[in-house]
Amino acid sequence: MTALLWLLVALPLGAGAVLAAAGRRADRVAPAFAVAVSVLSLAAAGAVAAGRPRVEAPFLAGIPAGLAVDGLSAVMVLTVTAVTLAVLLSSAGEVGPGEARGRFFGLMLLFAGAMLVTVTATNLVALLIGWEVMGATSWALIGFWWRDPRRVRAATIAFLTTRAADLGLYLAAGAAVAGGVHALELRRLPGAAGPWLALATAGIVLAALGKSAQLPFSFWLSHAMQGPSPVSALLHSAAMVAAGAYLLLRVEPLLAASGWGAPLVAWVGAATALLLGAVAVAQTDLKQLLAASTSSQIGFMVLAAGVGAAGVTGGTMQLVAHAATKSLLFLAAGAWLGALGTQRLDALGGAARRVPAVGLTFAAGALTLAGLPPLSIWAAKDQLLAAALSRSPGLYAAGLAAAAVSGLYAGKALAAVTGQADGVPAGAGGGGGWPGTRRVGAAMTAPLVALAAAAVALGAFALPPVAAGFARLLGAPAAAPAWWERLASAALATAGLLLGIALGAGRLGAAGPAPAPVPAPVPAPVPAVLRGWLAGWLGVEGAVRRLLVRPTLALARGLARFDDRVVDGAVRGAAALALAAARLSATRLEPALDGAVRAVAGGARRLGALARRPQTGRLHQYYAQAAVALAALIIVFVLAR
Amino acid sequence: MLSIVIFLPVAVALVLLALPRAANRTAIRAWVATSAVDAVLVVALWWRAARAGLDGRPAGEASLPWIPTVGVSYHVGLDGLSLPLVALTAGLFLACAVYSLRETHRARAFAALLLFLETTCLGLFAALDLILFFVFFDLSIVGMYFVIAGWGHGQPARAALKFFLYTFVGSLALLLGFIGLYLAAEPRTFDIVELTRQAPLAGNAVGGTLVLLAVAVGLAVKTPTVPFHTWLPPAHTDAPAAGSAILAGVLLKMGTYGFVRIAMPILPDAWRRFATVFVVVGVVSVVYGALVALAQVNFKRMVAYTSVNHMGYILLGVGTAGILAGGGEQARTLAVTGAVTQMVSHGLITGALFLLSGILYDRGRTYDMDAYGGLAGEAPAFAGLTAVAAFASLGIPGFSGFIAEFQIITGSLGARPVATSLALLGILITAALFVWALQRLFLGRRRLPSPDAGVVPAAATGGFADLRPHELGAVAPLLLLALVIGVAPRFLLDLIQPAARAVVGLIAR
Repeated sequence: MTALLWLLVALPLGAGAVLAAAGRRADRVAPAFAVAVSVLSLAAAGAVAAGRPRVEAPFLAGIPAGLAVDGLSAVMVLTVTAVTLAVLLSSAGEVGPGEARGRFFGLMLLFAGAMLVTVTATNLVALLIGWEVMGATSWALIGFWWRDPRRVRAATIAFLTTRAADLGLYLAAGAAVAGGVHALELRRLPGAAGPWLALATAGIVLAALGKSAQLPFSFWLSHAMQGPSPVSALLHSAAMVAAGAYLLLRVEPLLAASGWGAPLVAWVGAATALLLGAVAVAQTDLKQLLAASTSSQIGFMVLAAGVGAAGVTGGTMQLVAHAATKSLLFLAAGAWLGALGTQRLDALGGAARRVPAVGLTFAAGALTLAGLPPLSIWAAKDQLLAAALSRSPGLYAAGLAAAAVSGLYAGKALAAVTGQADGVPAGAGGGGGWPGTRRVGAAMTAPLVALAAAAVALGAFALPPVAAGFARLLGAPAAAPAWWERLASAALATAGLLLGIALGAGRLGAAGPAPAPVPAPVPAPVPAVLRGWLAGWLGVEGAVRRLLVRPTLALARGLARFDDRVVDGAVRGAAALALAAARLSATRLEPALDGAVRAVAGGARRLGALARRPQTGRLHQYYAQAAVALAALIIVFVLAR
Repeated sequence: MLSIVIFLPVAVALVLLALPRAANRTAIRAWVATSAVDAVLVVALWWRAARAGLDGRPAGEASLPWIPTVGVSYHVGLDGLSLPLVALTAGLFLACAVYSLRETHRARAFAALLLFLETTCLGLFAALDLILFFVFFDLSIVGMYFVIAGWGHGQPARAALKFFLYTFVGSLALLLGFIGLYLAAEPRTFDIVELTRQAPLAGNAVGGTLVLLAVAVGLAVKTPTVPFHTWLPPAHTDAPAAGSAILAGVLLKMGTYGFVRIAMPILPDAWRRFATVFVVVGVVSVVYGALVALAQVNFKRMVAYTSVNHMGYILLGVGTAGILAGGGEQARTLAVTGAVTQMVSHGLITGALFLLSGILYDRGRTYDMDAYGGLAGEAPAFAGLTAVAAFASLGIPGFSGFIAEFQIITGSLGARPVATSLALLGILITAALFVWALQRLFLGRRRLPSPDAGVVPAAATGGFADLRPHELGAVAPLLLLALVIGVAPRFLLDLIQPAARAVVGLIAR
């Protein structure tokens, strides 16, 4: 059983690494190989979900790398492996022979392996490892079509934003070590000492919010849509963005213990759910709409993590339901992108009828997303909103409002694809996507059907025995929504859906065949400024660019100049000083010293010349000299007496 | 056996120089063979040490009197701190030898010079005597000077001179410190083991401060830390690829190794007093190095500045090891273990990056990142390997860089939370600069350097050739080793941890 757990993470990681490294040489076998690996992973996930093993390997001093499968992890591994299988199966049909399939499937498997490590990690080290590898592979996947600079830039923005948030996990790990948390285990974090508890909480919350594209980090998800649709179907519905929500659900006891963590998380989740829902309504591109709705739906999960142990049940239900629904919707969007060449809402009219299988499943997904009873997301939302109500009526109200908004955007999307085909030629507007996939084959429709079935069937969460059983599985209490809560959410969701359909249909009617860059007037009293702000994802990215990115780059360039001119200048100055001192010594000191020596020599020479003067060779002068000397001697004798 | 490992390369170098008619290929092959033999011997030493356990006594110890009147002896031995670095040296020199298999410009002299350099590097890490350490320290500077001046490009003579004079002045400060230690010891000796036991200057505040200042300045110039780092960018940019790899991978470690071998154990009192200074210098190096690297347009210069950044983490780790309050012994051991792991990791990864930048220069004759674009289409293997190296360097888990940085950060946060949090920014900035560099070089639209000033790069005429077998054979093993350490670090950490714990214990005296 422990071997199976190792196999569960090692198989996708190893297979992915091999495929990615082999690159083009593995292109032919890659799809089949990847699907086989994901089938095996699903089987392994089932086995470990039943067996609940726990493994540990020595890693750092006192900090082993530990994996374990408890109730929450069991749900997660099953969800992740199932969605991975569906997405890879669909990709096998979608990614044509000319594409870099080895790299694509390899990276997808690597990502899946990293996600599995994340959801089975028992301590911060293992978590951080899976977390970061997910980020790296997501960069490579979002930027998969690397010849397009725009897509590469988008990948970089997504990677760097999540990496910035990931610093929180490093902080949390350091705080855990300082706070004496044994082996950095997640379940022991509430026992950290004093101020380290607060730092650990802050770090984990930061990392989770960033990874899950919650406010204020939501904007990276918009850029992530530049990647292929299967990437969005796996990463940005069931796996990477869900990892943040999973983490918060996992450390719910820590949030509670910190005192401020739970309310903060709950309100951020609620705000994200509401605001990003509004952003979704304002979008004109199907994938952008789905991205904003992902952020909004995950806001519900984050909200659930902040309302106590009862919220964990609802949050997990929402996670599973959303995983099935959103990956279905993204795969469908990808299929239409391939078949019709566009993902603009106003150009997708009649898409549902063009490819009926995709249309039907998309409709099922959209209705689920809206939160219509008795579908899965409605059931999950009721659970977590019931838990929210027991904490704070304000949170409950915000959650309800967000649920209504989700009906709005789901309706808008539904209307767009089921509306009249308005003669916009295929290929206009969107562009991108896998070249040459005009047909939607069986490999693509089968996963859609399976996911749609799951999205609908999981509505069983609403049944009290199922909810209770699920809660028991997770080891958390189950909230019991009252009948009026269920009615309220159902009514609001339906109302939102109908209003959204009306909005979408009305817009299509007014738009006409030539799509304008600015959205046409909508039959709703929303000022253009607000619409622009919402359509631009709340303008956070612009603020980040102005306040963080540009100043940092300016600082970097300034420091580089400072380094060259001042720091190196000091070194060059020291060298110049040394050379100047050398020249001074050579041209001034040396001649001066040498001059002194020469002066002495000159003096001695002059004295010598002087001493030669009396040697004249004239005898009478010698007599005169002798007489003077004798006289001087006599005077000296006389005086000295 | 240790002395054979140390002196085999220089012996082969002398033989090579004595043979006047040795062809280029023979010389390089002899170099590869010698490095391979040395690497195998080092692995054998490691195996023996890992099996027998090091239990306090250095492995492969040998001691011969050299200058008895001043207590200088030829004392060598390996322990948990130096054995990984010796292994790193052997591996990196082998990689550089394989990389240079197609070297044609005065290959005999090049091979002989690098073999000599290998001896000096191995000797320094094995040295257990201060003067022996100093001799190898200076000889390595001399060797690298000739490598840069003789086989470099751009402005090699100027860069080599700056490197030589700057680090040589640093080594003089180091010598001053060593003499101070000698004079304070009772009985007077230069032996590192003996000095560690004595800890002279233990109660002497002024003397300890001055000696630590001298030693620290000397090592800080070599490491290099901000503000003594400005010799590094020109030396790297103008050095040949193999020279840069050795400079970054091995020579820089001499400075950091000096901290954990000499400054910390022998001057515990002074180290504890000034630990915060080292933490601050480390953090400044981390952030400053990363920011300046971010602003670079020259790929090799950018990697050079990231070396400053990575060495800053090491200083942060060893600095917080001296702060007794606020962190337990486990945290401090973690920090020092991380610092030594970072030495090994940085050597492998940045060595690989410099060899890769050498390939870039070989094809395009320029390091300017804006002159290239979309190379992933021309040279997918090269792009893939560089991407792996870049991600390894920015600290992605699965590679040794993460192991090192994670240990340093988690070990240091408790003692100096603010400083460590600032150092975390370095992780973000290096991520940005590496991803941006990959973007500019390999992704996007295809662009190749245009011929200018009569220098027609092969790239402009025939495209960008992908990795050749000897280039792949040089770089891939380094990154593979980094991957192995990242995934299964116990074989390395089992060696480093006991030594790190010992150092932490010595500081706390």
